[in-house]
Amino acid sequence: MATGRARRVGDNTATRRTLIALAALITALFLFMPLVVIIAEAFAAGWSGYIGNILDDYTLDAIGLTLFVALLTVPITLVFGVFMAWLVTRFQFPGRKLLTALIDIPFAVSPIVAGLLYLLLYGRNGWIGEWLGRYDIQLMFAWPGIVMVTIFVTCPFVARELIPVMQQQGSDEEEAGVVLGASGWQLFRRVTFPNIRWALLYGVILTNARAVGEFGAVSVVSGSIRGQTNTLPLQVELLYQDANVVGAFAAASLLAGIALITLVAKSIVEWRQDRP
Amino acid sequence: MSIEIDAIEKSFRGVSALAGIDLQLPAGQLTALLGPSGSGKTTLLRILAGLEAPDQGRIRLAGRDVTDVPVRERRVGFVFQHYALFRHMNVADNVAFGLSVRPRRYRPSAARIRERVAELLEMVQLGHLADRYPAQLSGGQKQRIALARALAVEPDILLLDEPFGALDARVRKELRRWLRNLHDQLHFTSVFVTHDQEEALELSDQVVVMNQGRVEQIDAPQPLYERPASRFVFDFLGRVNVLEGSLHDGVLTQGKASIHLPAGPRPAGPAQLYLRPHELRLDDQPSQRLSAAAGRGHQSDRCRSPRRAAAGWLGE
Repeated sequence: MATGRARRVGDNTATRRTLIALAALITALFLFMPLVVIIAEAFAAGWSGYIGNILDDYTLDAIGLTLFVALLTVPITLVFGVFMAWLVTRFQFPGRKLLTALIDIPFAVSPIVAGLLYLLLYGRNGWIGEWLGRYDIQLMFAWPGIVMVTIFVTCPFVARELIPVMQQQGSDEEEAGVVLGASGWQLFRRVTFPNIRWALLYGVILTNARAVGEFGAVSVVSGSIRGQTNTLPLQVELLYQDANVVGAFAAASLLAGIALITLVAKSIVEWRQDRP
Repeated sequence: MSIEIDAIEKSFRGVSALAGIDLQLPAGQLTALLGPSGSGKTTLLRILAGLEAPDQGRIRLAGRDVTDVPVRERRVGFVFQHYALFRHMNVADNVAFGLSVRPRRYRPSAARIRERVAELLEMVQLGHLADRYPAQLSGGQKQRIALARALAVEPDILLLDEPFGALDARVRKELRRWLRNLHDQLHFTSVFVTHDQEEALELSDQVVVMNQGRVEQIDAPQPLYERPASRFVFDFLGRVNVLEGSLHDGVLTQGKASIHLPAGPRPAGPAQLYLRPHELRLDDQPSQRLSAAAGRGHQSDRCRSPRRAAAGWLGE
């Protein structure tokens, strides 16, 4: 062997091309094709058919409810995530490790199970639900229930994004700030927040995507009442079961559109985050 | 402003970091806390700043008990080891921070803050860098900005945590002299932490040597170097030669070598002599006071007696 350096996997042109081709094929089959199918099916009845399906009263209601749920969920998980990350990265207390692990529970639990748990607790015959029922408060099979399970499912995103960033940055700058006389709020607004804003935005984008797209947990607690408790993902399923394939795909195309926007936003934020 | 440290104790998860520290640091002086890592010097500095709370004991600044005064009201300046400049603010905003977070009633006007920042940047000789961001500065520049930022709020005491630790040797020396000059002009009361004995001896008015959470010795640099009070201090302050042997009638012998020690009461028996290399000098004339066979063979060099045979370093 005349070559001085050791040969590595990928040095061989054939190997490299095969691997790239394989990756491209998988991307096309599993990611690109489905997207094309959604758009093709959605427009199967032409532009007017597409617009008609989107402007269907029940679909519009579902869009409205989905946006409403996301609008409530995102700020709540945002505040929760910031507090959680602050707590876990800036303070030493017994049970800190346990708490860090607990943040991940919603990721570990199947959304269906989460939905059932909420039904069990807050449903008409549930432990807390029965008591609430006496005051005529209904959470399940109504929008509050949908918001509750969506918050449960999405609450780790912001905290998960912030914790590593805040750990890596350490508390030096905050300590410097407090020695210089900054109050807690000044410290957050002028020192902590500017350092975590991109990670925070990243977390918000992920939270929003999940809040809009959540199906499992929401389907358990929503009751799928058309025009009232039907979110967009549930509406897609209902339309599909009604054999309104074009309508289902038209609604699905909206979700796909949100996904694409999310991806673009995510890439921009990632790019910003990497800059010093 | 004088600093009084009274019976401070601190432990982390059952491990003692400070085991009863008592110190009086006079106003207007530059004091070094010197010790190896783990000696508790940084913990003590952080307790002085209020960044850490002691388990026991009190801290007084000019007689006022500040033990329970929160950090932000304690009026201390703190320079962090890794500068801790606000990375998203330019140099001017960094220096202005302490003034701009004051409650509205005490906050100087924007124009006054700008003026003050310009003065401070002039003082640290970095006026031309006001618009730069920390990432664009060298280590020495960052350190000076950190100092200007700490001094902006006119603190009662200035605390510096390993202020030159992260700098290369040449910059470190320069900055050391510069800080000393600045101190001689402004006479702030300051305490700095270091593990570098040269730095402590050159820069400070007074050195506190710490070891395992205790104070080993407090003294001005010169007397500290010349009359270390313990084996640890002697060892820590510079190069040291240890001669083992046995002691009889003021003469330490090891095989054929022997050395006469200055007068002083010492127990007979096995002993160790600690001395600085520069306290010995080679001589070509044999001496009654000291003889040492050097190396292999029969050649024997003779050394003259040490200028200061270190009294008190013998045996235990």
